[in-house]
Amino acid sequence: MTHYLLIESRDPFESNDVSYYYQLTKDLADAGNEVTMFLVQNGVLAARPSTRSAALSALGQSGVKILADDFSLRERGISKLAEGIVPAPIDVIVDYLAAGHKTLWH
Amino acid sequence: MAKKSLNIVESAYRAIMEEQDDTILWLLAAMQGAGGAHTVVLRGNAVNYAVAGQGAPGLTVGQWTQTQVPKMDRDVVDLIENRKIPVFVIEEDLAERGIAHSELVPGVELLSCKALPALFAQYELVSHW
Amino acid sequence: MSKKTLTFALMDAPYESANLTTAFRILDAAIRRGHDINVFAYEGASALAFVRQAPHPNPVHGKNVAEENHPTTKEQVAALLAEATRNGGKVDWVNCGMCVDERGVNEFVPGTRRGSPADFQAFTEASDNTLVIPTK
Repeated sequence: MTHYLLIESRDPFESNDVSYYYQLTKDLADAGNEVTMFLVQNGVLAARPSTRSAALSALGQSGVKILADDFSLRERGISKLAEGIVPAPIDVIVDYLAAGHKTLWH
Repeated sequence: MAKKSLNIVESAYRAIMEEQDDTILWLLAAMQGAGGAHTVVLRGNAVNYAVAGQGAPGLTVGQWTQTQVPKMDRDVVDLIENRKIPVFVIEEDLAERGIAHSELVPGVELLSCKALPALFAQYELVSHW
Repeated sequence: MSKKTLTFALMDAPYESANLTTAFRILDAAIRRGHDINVFAYEGASALAFVRQAPHPNPVHGKNVAEENHPTTKEQVAALLAEATRNGGKVDWVNCGMCVDERGVNEFVPGTRRGSPADFQAFTEASDNTLVIPTK
């Protein structure tokens, strides 16, 4: 099984290209890969429960692990996360790279 | 044998006049020359790089005139024909932008975004630019 | 986890993008875990290790140079190199030569070096994994 780590630094409020990345994430998971999405920087703005967080929660329900950078969350005062999103340290990126996950940054 | 490397290029027309190149396509051409095995997927606005017949006149500032003007369509053809770097273009992004297939330079390969997972599986390294 | 060699490509210029804050956090985490890292500093990132960067005061907040303690990326690069030595890892930081030339930033933090796309190609071949952090 191939593992993917998709790092999303952009948010859906400012960039309508985020939908492409969410869809790519789902398509990779549907293809049988183990996929993690790591939200970082303004990407975590979508992690707060809102009209735009449903897309992320749906990703989580389709088998994607969704992590949100704890530093970026604190920087933005986000303490409550939408369903299926879990805070995580940046070390996860290093550990997944070291474990050989194909890693992309958007 | 070099690692097969897939490069998703979406950044478009960022600093191409200043650098007289798209700096990612340029980098990949240089890396190919150093023994790489690269493939390019143009997505988002970068699909416009495959439109034939593009190119602005050189920049002029006072008495200074640019003499080496970038042309992205020429550089895409160069990647394919001279550097042996396959170039895919995402069909859905072309359609969204009203770009007909007949407008494209020869040699680009059309790809649906739905085919990306299968394409990713063929490459050891996948990078997003 | 066993020691790995990880390669990173950076593109953003200092002080312009949150990407670099995240990049330095990732590099720091990798070094603390004892991994060897390669960095290809491309385009604006070729200025990250420019040794003539200088901190400044903050008159809006009424702070002098010392009080503001403004970060410089040259310090952060030097700190990474030092931490790598402490943790038994190596850092090969390459500043893309032509990028350096056009920006006039050709004095580097000791321990970093001038290079080319051939170095990035060699890095990706020799490392266990690679992450490109693109600019927007």
